[in-house]
Amino acid sequence: MAAPLVSLDDVTVQFRTDRGWTTAVDGISFDIAERDCVGVVGESGSGKSVTALSLLRLHARGTSRFPRGQVRFGGQDLLTAPERDLRRIRGRDIAMVFQDPMSSLNPVLTVCDQISETLRLHQGLDRATARRRAIELLDLVRIPDAARRVDDYPHRLSGGMRQRVMIAIAIACRPRLLIADEPTTALDVTIQAQILELLRELRTELGMAVMLISHDLGVIAEFADRVIVMYAGRVVEDAPVDALFRSPRHPYTEGLMASMPALEGGITRLYAIPGRIPDPDEAIAGCRFGPRCRHAEAICRVAVPELLAIEGRHRVRCAPRTRATGGL
Amino acid sequence: MEALVQVRDLDMAFPAGSARGQPVLLHVLHKLSFDIGPGETLGLVGESGSGKSTTGRILVGLTEPTGGSVKLFGRSITGPGRRASLAAVRARLQFVFQDPHAALDPRLRVGHSIAEPIDIAGTHSRRERNDRVRELLELVGLPRDSADRFPHEFSGGQRQRIVIARALALAPDFVVCDEPVSALDVSMQAQIINLLMDLQQRMGLSYLFIAHDLAVVRAVAQRVAVMYAGTIVESARREALYAQPQHPYTRALLDAVPRPDPGRARPPVVGGEVPSLLAPPAGCRFHTRCPHVMARCRSEVPLLRETAPGRQTACHLLDGAPPA
Repeated sequence: MAAPLVSLDDVTVQFRTDRGWTTAVDGISFDIAERDCVGVVGESGSGKSVTALSLLRLHARGTSRFPRGQVRFGGQDLLTAPERDLRRIRGRDIAMVFQDPMSSLNPVLTVCDQISETLRLHQGLDRATARRRAIELLDLVRIPDAARRVDDYPHRLSGGMRQRVMIAIAIACRPRLLIADEPTTALDVTIQAQILELLRELRTELGMAVMLISHDLGVIAEFADRVIVMYAGRVVEDAPVDALFRSPRHPYTEGLMASMPALEGGITRLYAIPGRIPDPDEAIAGCRFGPRCRHAEAICRVAVPELLAIEGRHRVRCAPRTRATGGL
Repeated sequence: MEALVQVRDLDMAFPAGSARGQPVLLHVLHKLSFDIGPGETLGLVGESGSGKSTTGRILVGLTEPTGGSVKLFGRSITGPGRRASLAAVRARLQFVFQDPHAALDPRLRVGHSIAEPIDIAGTHSRRERNDRVRELLELVGLPRDSADRFPHEFSGGQRQRIVIARALALAPDFVVCDEPVSALDVSMQAQIINLLMDLQQRMGLSYLFIAHDLAVVRAVAQRVAVMYAGTIVESARREALYAQPQHPYTRALLDAVPRPDPGRARPPVVGGEVPSLLAPPAGCRFHTRCPHVMARCRSEVPLLRETAPGRQTACHLLDGAPPA
């Protein structure tokens, strides 16, 4: 097998709070292969966005640190690489699209200015060439009337169109990895479907890998090849998309799926996972999902379970569920 | 059975500046009609700008409509006598909004917030009031000692429970819930949905349940109305609506929802965007995006008409067709 495009190994991220350093992400390890699409799903506080930011080291300096772990990309560790190298990678090799296109776009610059910025910085294009390329990119993200739209300011565009502009900026330098953090969460459902379709097409056209972060299992199911489920700063399950949705193995993943209201089938009372998501600095011994788990055993309250393979590429962090395959 | 809520030909237009000396109106609701019966939940779904929140605000008396009538418990809260009618029905009427952070005063203890409607109504003695607060906390599944704590000590899901407890303080009959779970995580969402359903059972509440999430609405509402650009395009019992949507927009909405099923054959995606309400399209407002558009859809407004018992759709495609 070829070397992965990006490899996260034991990535741990801590933030400074009033009460000292809090661990937001605790020992995350997974690979992203070329052209692969990895979906990362989890609820708030699960650490999915913090994990994504660590690929570009975009956390606020001074209030965050990486006590251990590595993010290997192109022979470098992105967690320790000099800022100068990172600046070359950001936007060129690894690009990012965020949830809220309005706060990511600069309101006083035209669409053309904002797309050109990346092109001129990374590819050294002159103003006229960058403008031509910006129009091509708007075409590529299916913005009608691109030659005219390119001179619009963001407030003239709808939410869906703004997100298309963000995507145009992100793919301007043909990145090898696109990180999309809840790219459709702020959008209406029909617009969400359009943007997901666009991302799917671009992924094939440009041959890029995608890391899609979402709280929505539906979005993940329809987009990802492989799914990482996060809970309270840890990966609890990692599986090919079909395997995950056909037979989820972690009780948290099971619970999440059962608590989703469905559009088909009988209408029954929803299953609700009891309790609440723990705060990042809440001390929980053993499995962090243990206090909410229907299947918790004595061992779960003592030992932190390891992420172990149960079959093929399906990994689960659950002591009872991995016992048979040599987990303990 | 007498409807608890009766809405007829509701219109709402906001002034939106002027163009060439003429005032411009933003017409956000256009001839909306529906009923809600005792103990019933009507789900109102639609995308942003469809007018669903404005409808909710009108029903609790926060916004005065520019046309049409609203009757609550048999009293008209529109037209002359609006103030007196609202004063008479206010105690039976409550609402729960999306953001539980914004809905609670961070400086007030939770017990104080919950008791506020009681204090305003002035109907309870101090002791009755405190008993009621404890009873309400229990009702929504919060620990009794929550009354002395502050909102920041609670998670989003718990805060929404506090907001619900406050809404129930005066034992209302009708509650407008505007996106009550959309700010919550999936696992919290299920808890709050179950709570709202349990409370309906116990107290015989009627809900107007406004949400953009079709699956959430399916879980709670016996009847569902689908809104598009200020109009109701389809309304039906939930079983019929989800199994056999009649309006092309309802179909498009349902198709667009991603399913937790990686093997699903994805239906074609509807193009275009919701039109501007400053200049809504002539004829059917969905005609600019409709895959089945015909010539008359561009000029003639389709009326919401009965296509089957208890089922209404506004679409020219169904004209002359036998009822489904």
